[in-house]
Amino acid sequence: MDGDARRRLIAAVADAAILKEDDAALAEPKQAPNRDPGAASRRLTNLLLYIAFPGAVIVVWQILASAGLYRRAILPPPTDIATVLFDLVFGTSGEAGRYSGSWTDHTLSSLWRVFAGFAWGGALGTLLGLLIGLSRVVEKLFDPTVQVLRNVPVTAWVPLSLIFFGIGNQPAIFLIGLGAFFPAVLNSTHGVRQLNRTLYKAGEMMGANQREMLVRVILPAALPSVMTGLRLSMGIAWVLVVVAEILAVRSGLGYLLNDAYQFYRNDVVIASMLSIGVLGFLSDRVVVFVRDRLLEWNRLESYDG
Amino acid sequence: MADVVLDKVVKVFESRSGRITALSAIDLHVARNEFVAIVGASGCGKSTLLNLVAGFEHPTSGAVRVDGQLVDRPGPERGVVFQQSALFPWLTVRQNIAFGLGLAANRARTLRGPAVDQILARVGLAAFAGHFPAQLSGGMRQRAAIASVLVIDPGVLLMDEPFGALDSLTRSLMQDFLLELWEENRKTVLLVTHDITEAVYLADRLVIMAGHPGRVREIVPVDLPRPRRYRLQATPEFVRLRDHVTRVVRDEAAKAAATEAAAA
Repeated sequence: MDGDARRRLIAAVADAAILKEDDAALAEPKQAPNRDPGAASRRLTNLLLYIAFPGAVIVVWQILASAGLYRRAILPPPTDIATVLFDLVFGTSGEAGRYSGSWTDHTLSSLWRVFAGFAWGGALGTLLGLLIGLSRVVEKLFDPTVQVLRNVPVTAWVPLSLIFFGIGNQPAIFLIGLGAFFPAVLNSTHGVRQLNRTLYKAGEMMGANQREMLVRVILPAALPSVMTGLRLSMGIAWVLVVVAEILAVRSGLGYLLNDAYQFYRNDVVIASMLSIGVLGFLSDRVVVFVRDRLLEWNRLESYDG
Repeated sequence: MADVVLDKVVKVFESRSGRITALSAIDLHVARNEFVAIVGASGCGKSTLLNLVAGFEHPTSGAVRVDGQLVDRPGPERGVVFQQSALFPWLTVRQNIAFGLGLAANRARTLRGPAVDQILARVGLAAFAGHFPAQLSGGMRQRAAIASVLVIDPGVLLMDEPFGALDSLTRSLMQDFLLELWEENRKTVLLVTHDITEAVYLADRLVIMAGHPGRVREIVPVDLPRPRRYRLQATPEFVRLRDHVTRVVRDEAAKAAATEAAAA
């Protein structure tokens, strides 16, 4: 535990002793900034730190691109990209040419594929991973196959998936799900296996039967690891949606990116990249949000609190 | 309440490097409501003995009986307090203490243990009922662990170095606390410890074990008056007993070290 976390904990404990009962201490870290006069300036410092690097990159980029050192179309300046992105989304100025106003459709297509692939791959992977961790028989049946197949890059599945599913959503969702599957399997197996022996013994001693042991001890203990797996799965899903849309479908942000590349519209290419980055980031936040709701206790145990 | 009988208990561990006799023919009787402490140098088999009574291990031969029933697996009649408190990190203090009560096995038993709120207050954790174990100090965690075992009303309380991971001040406060709890509500207790002062202070009887192979070296009755308070540790009777036990344990440890050196 670092100094800050320790201070928070001590404050929390002292508070709880006064307030008695309930979750006073859990709410404490959130209340702290209001009471602390230095908090506002600290927040400002943090904000400056967060934007310093990307801000500098954008400024340098803008200067270089406007200086006329190279052809503007190769690496258009940030202002051009902003204009094009605006037109991509709202279709007002026509700056994005044939892509004007198409952003929402492409984004929804990509989001649907990511969601569908993540859902089947993550769910099936978690289920199989838990079973492998729980049962020696299931482990012997499936683990060797998983261990070999996970070394095959998912992109190597592209030819077969196109042959099986043809062009369209199916191969894309297949590939994304396959990518999401493996981290979910490995991490949920690990989650079951790393169960603390003493906790298992405590469950036995208290009189837990097999079902109670599974539901009340093993699964809650595995949950942090399962969530780590799902977070990795979500990350991979966004990598693969782009791959799949470049190769297998005629819609989505990956398709937009690749098509714009064919027509030498690097501004649209970069606008697509930005969109993918932001959506990937937001998806990750969603997983993290769900994880933190489920795992308040786990956050308290970890170093960065 | 229950009594504990070990009848010619032998425990042999088989491993690739050979057979290790952890316990050789242990006979021991712990009476109802008796507080027995097991002391001995590390490696003398005292934790193995406790694991056998808890049901985590099975004897190679001989039998362990609690209240006449053969012990063949862990169960709520034999509550265990572990060295590293076995609290579930995803449950709050209250949920941890109530954990055992929610299990089918305990809903089927008649429990005369304390209610959750009552024990929360008794172990001084009422204000921390909504906290997670990670937010507690080591001493608080052990009190919560003891409470979680007491609510399932075990006939025997087994403690494996319960205060071994605590600093010396907290440890001594916890010893007083355990003593008070036990004196107001007696139970059969089997305590494994390497802390001889702790053993003499708490127990009715000490079992001194010797290792290689693990066996009972000496049984020492502790005829000190109860209720016992901290000052007892400075009395000549206490010091004499503690010194005697320390000498026996040290002699055995030295012998074990010499045997190991000769074997090497």
